Amino acid sequence: MRKLKYGFFLLVIMAAGLGITNSYYLQLLTFIGINTLLALGLNMLMGYAGQISLGHAAFYGLGAYTTAILTTALNWSPWLALPAAIVLVSLVAFLVALPMLKLSGYYLGMGTLGFGMITFILIRQWSTVTGGDSGLVGVPSLALGPLSLASGKAYFYLVWVVVLISFIVCERLVDSRVGRALRAIHDGEQVAAAMGIDTSRLKIGVFVLSAIFASVAGFLYVHLVSFISPNSCDFLVSVRLVTMVVIGGMASIWGSLLGASLLTILPESLHVFSDYEMIVYGLILMIIMIFLPQGLTRGLLDLYERSAAVYPRKVKSREPADE
Amino acid sequence: MKAALNVLLKGLVILVLALLIGGIPSLSWSQNAYKIGGLFAITGPSSFLGEPEKKSMEMVVEEINAKGGIDGHLLEAVIYDTEGDPTKTVLAANKLISKDNVLAIIGPSLTPTTLAIVPVVEKEQVPLISCAAGIKITEPIKPWVFKTAQSDVLAVAAIYQHMQKQNIKKIGVLTVENAFGESGKEQLLAQAGPYGIEIVQAESFGGKDTDMTAQLTKIRSAQPQAIVCWGTNPGPAVIAKNVQQMNIKIPLYQSHGVASPKFLELAGDAAEGIFLPTGKILVTQQLPDTDLQKSVLVKYIEQYEKLYKMPVSGFGGYAYDAMNLLAKALQGSDGNKEKIRDALEKIKGFVGVSGTFNFSPRDHNGLGSDAFVMVQIQKGNWKLLSP
Amino acid sequence: MQEFLQYLFSGVTNGAIYAVIALGFTMLYNATGLINFAQGEFVMLGALSMITLWKGLQLPLPAAFLLTVAVVALVGLLLERLAIRTVRKPHPIVLVIITIGASILLRGIAMLVWGKDAHSAPSFSRLAPIEIAGATLLPQSLWILGVVLAIVIGLQIFHRKTMTGKAMEACAISKRAASLLGIPSERMVLLAFALSAGMGSIGGVLIAPITMSSYDMGMMLGLKGFCAAMLGGLGSSWGAVFGGMMLGILEAMAVGFFSSDLRDAVAFFVLLLILYARPSGLLGVKAVQRF
Repeated sequence: MRKLKYGFFLLVIMAAGLGITNSYYLQLLTFIGINTLLALGLNMLMGYAGQISLGHAAFYGLGAYTTAILTTALNWSPWLALPAAIVLVSLVAFLVALPMLKLSGYYLGMGTLGFGMITFILIRQWSTVTGGDSGLVGVPSLALGPLSLASGKAYFYLVWVVVLISFIVCERLVDSRVGRALRAIHDGEQVAAAMGIDTSRLKIGVFVLSAIFASVAGFLYVHLVSFISPNSCDFLVSVRLVTMVVIGGMASIWGSLLGASLLTILPESLHVFSDYEMIVYGLILMIIMIFLPQGLTRGLLDLYERSAAVYPRKVKSREPADE
Repeated sequence: MKAALNVLLKGLVILVLALLIGGIPSLSWSQNAYKIGGLFAITGPSSFLGEPEKKSMEMVVEEINAKGGIDGHLLEAVIYDTEGDPTKTVLAANKLISKDNVLAIIGPSLTPTTLAIVPVVEKEQVPLISCAAGIKITEPIKPWVFKTAQSDVLAVAAIYQHMQKQNIKKIGVLTVENAFGESGKEQLLAQAGPYGIEIVQAESFGGKDTDMTAQLTKIRSAQPQAIVCWGTNPGPAVIAKNVQQMNIKIPLYQSHGVASPKFLELAGDAAEGIFLPTGKILVTQQLPDTDLQKSVLVKYIEQYEKLYKMPVSGFGGYAYDAMNLLAKALQGSDGNKEKIRDALEKIKGFVGVSGTFNFSPRDHNGLGSDAFVMVQIQKGNWKLLSP
Repeated sequence: MQEFLQYLFSGVTNGAIYAVIALGFTMLYNATGLINFAQGEFVMLGALSMITLWKGLQLPLPAAFLLTVAVVALVGLLLERLAIRTVRKPHPIVLVIITIGASILLRGIAMLVWGKDAHSAPSFSRLAPIEIAGATLLPQSLWILGVVLAIVIGLQIFHRKTMTGKAMEACAISKRAASLLGIPSERMVLLAFALSAGMGSIGGVLIAPITMSSYDMGMMLGLKGFCAAMLGGLGSSWGAVFGGMMLGILEAMAVGFFSSDLRDAVAFFVLLLILYARPSGLLGVKAVQRF
């Protein structure tokens, strides 16, 4: 069943790649893919492990800047810069997680916010290396040997294949012992610990994993746009990431896709409103959170289930409580 | 009944989402119109740049259309808001090129957003006339990228030349923490040596900071002969007030970032005596009638203030010049982007609001030292200083 | 010596601003256990409304002041009634996003009403800067400090002596127990929101003369004000004042003795330090952990 789902998804990606020729739509979809990666990683942390992070843009930025600096100043190949970025970000995430995850609730949120802001300020002020506010230009595009991945279409495929792989990885994780242990932590940390789960090791592990996802997303972004500036990793970006996860639906892998799509497309379609864009954006955030606090995925599923009363068909018996 | 409503609601939600994704279709009123794209920071912290730029561009388009367009084609401006965000700018640029099929793009307003789309316009071969000041935009030269804003290089040169005449050798520098401030600081450091000036202390401040007395104290203790503040409103106004409050008597220089009536309003009487470089637009009435730019400036100011009922700013002038330059290049191009680009590069002696433009294959900014004049604020007015 | 004093005064000026914002956070947290990300926007609304009423419409100072506070308190009330109370499952992250959405909304409205430029306001008293041993201090800073102290004392009296104040504190300790005792807890939360919004607006009114007010001034101020509240201890009003002053002075000293480049990072370093070393803050009494 699951293989069918992923096979279908792959088919959709191929069809979209072949069918859509307009480079604007292709690029929009590529950005949605990158944001989905970000949302997915964060969702593992927030939805399944139940930890808040209000500074996740920092890992995105660190991944992006590491590869940008290595490929421009030191002329590394991007394929070497990628593992370097992942290693660096994992290290930072690990060091941050050690003390940070001892906090909980609001305090954890604030702690991650503080970390995110400090990273942002450091990136911006260390201008000799990072280019400061003007950013770094001339980041090379990707190529696999002789095959250039610079075209919009090639990059679209690259990003979405990475997303598909991440989906599979996450779903495997969620269904494994680790996943169940995570959900136990989410529901009640002390109880989980009492049952012998090494809560701090698991929490740190998920934190690092979500940071890795973010750094890969950063890598993909930089080599697509050939440019990076601190704008891309400030507090508002962290807020947008959390919003994607929550609106899409926490603890829902496909919810990450939905949330990322919505929040990438929304500002684009709100162009029409120009000066009213902020008002509409804020209103939409509030309204969705007020009426569908579990996120859109669960919200729409609820609607679907309730609609079963109208159409007399058998509602599939609900899968066991977790999803 | 309730359940049916629920289904209806769900269907509505999907419909709305689909509409949002598909985009509300825009009406194009003329099939053979020349579409020109515009990317400006209309909202966000740099909206003081994007707003007048957008208005100026629209004003020129209207004026040209009233006269029948170019070669019989009416102009259509398609303008998107970048919010000063590079990622949004990249998406918007792609939208303009692939979805709206524009012939050329005017803007963006800022250096980082411009740099973000340079690869895009080079790849898609669409002429871009940026309204941003960063020197990296046109150096090194890229075939499809032009800009109309004066470089920081020229502004700093103007300040240093004035200082040389006053025999100022040691200065303190206070720059804002954004791309504009950074670029200014780079130039101030780079050109200090050649003008025999030593920077004894350099500090920075945040765009929305409320008090800079600490930074000023540090600068004062290094005993400079003058202070240069490089930023855009409101920070420099706060600094002007702080300088007054702290009884600092040495001359204060500002950048062209505050060359607008807004600064006078914000700084109040603390603005008295401040020196700054500015485009000629601020002192139009004081220019001799022999000045080539005077008639262009007068026309721009009159037109803008009549149409929008608000005072002009030098920043809007960048887009005004860009659109007029583009209009000139469009003539006889028949909508061919390559021809437009070539025509742009050949423009010489074009008198605009920001200066006189002389483009060449090696110079895509085209401005000379006449782009800036030094003024001093006296009794709440800009007083043109003799060169 | 002159330099050190000037740094101190600079710190006091910014510190007073942070203190007044921190008070708003603390006040709301005390009564409801909520952190309101839109607190910075209440400050912004207070500053801009004041400028419109006092400078624009030329109303007398006390009238403009009271009207501003009333209007912003009303906004806070609306926020609670329409947004916060209607949430069915108040998971903290949901409430955080709602207040974030509210802050974006308020900023958008402010941008339309007041435009994108900055606005300035004249000081309350046309006094010259005060000079002490070569360092200068703006009288407006003293105004801010004075009002902040008055508010804190007022809050103490409110909580200890009046019935409503005690009722609010009861709700903060346990909503259920309070309602069992007949306290209308919903109304208390409403009142707390209105009060904290009003307090934020007072902050805005006070700082308008020293800073340049614009529609986006609220975000950074809100974040730093929050750090100040944490520093002093989220549950304590004196902590908010103390935390604000400390933060302002630390920032100024960092500029003076290190570099102005890392000035903004000071607030967040302090935040992290407090979270690790002493989460209840310097003056906080109990280890507050609501979620």
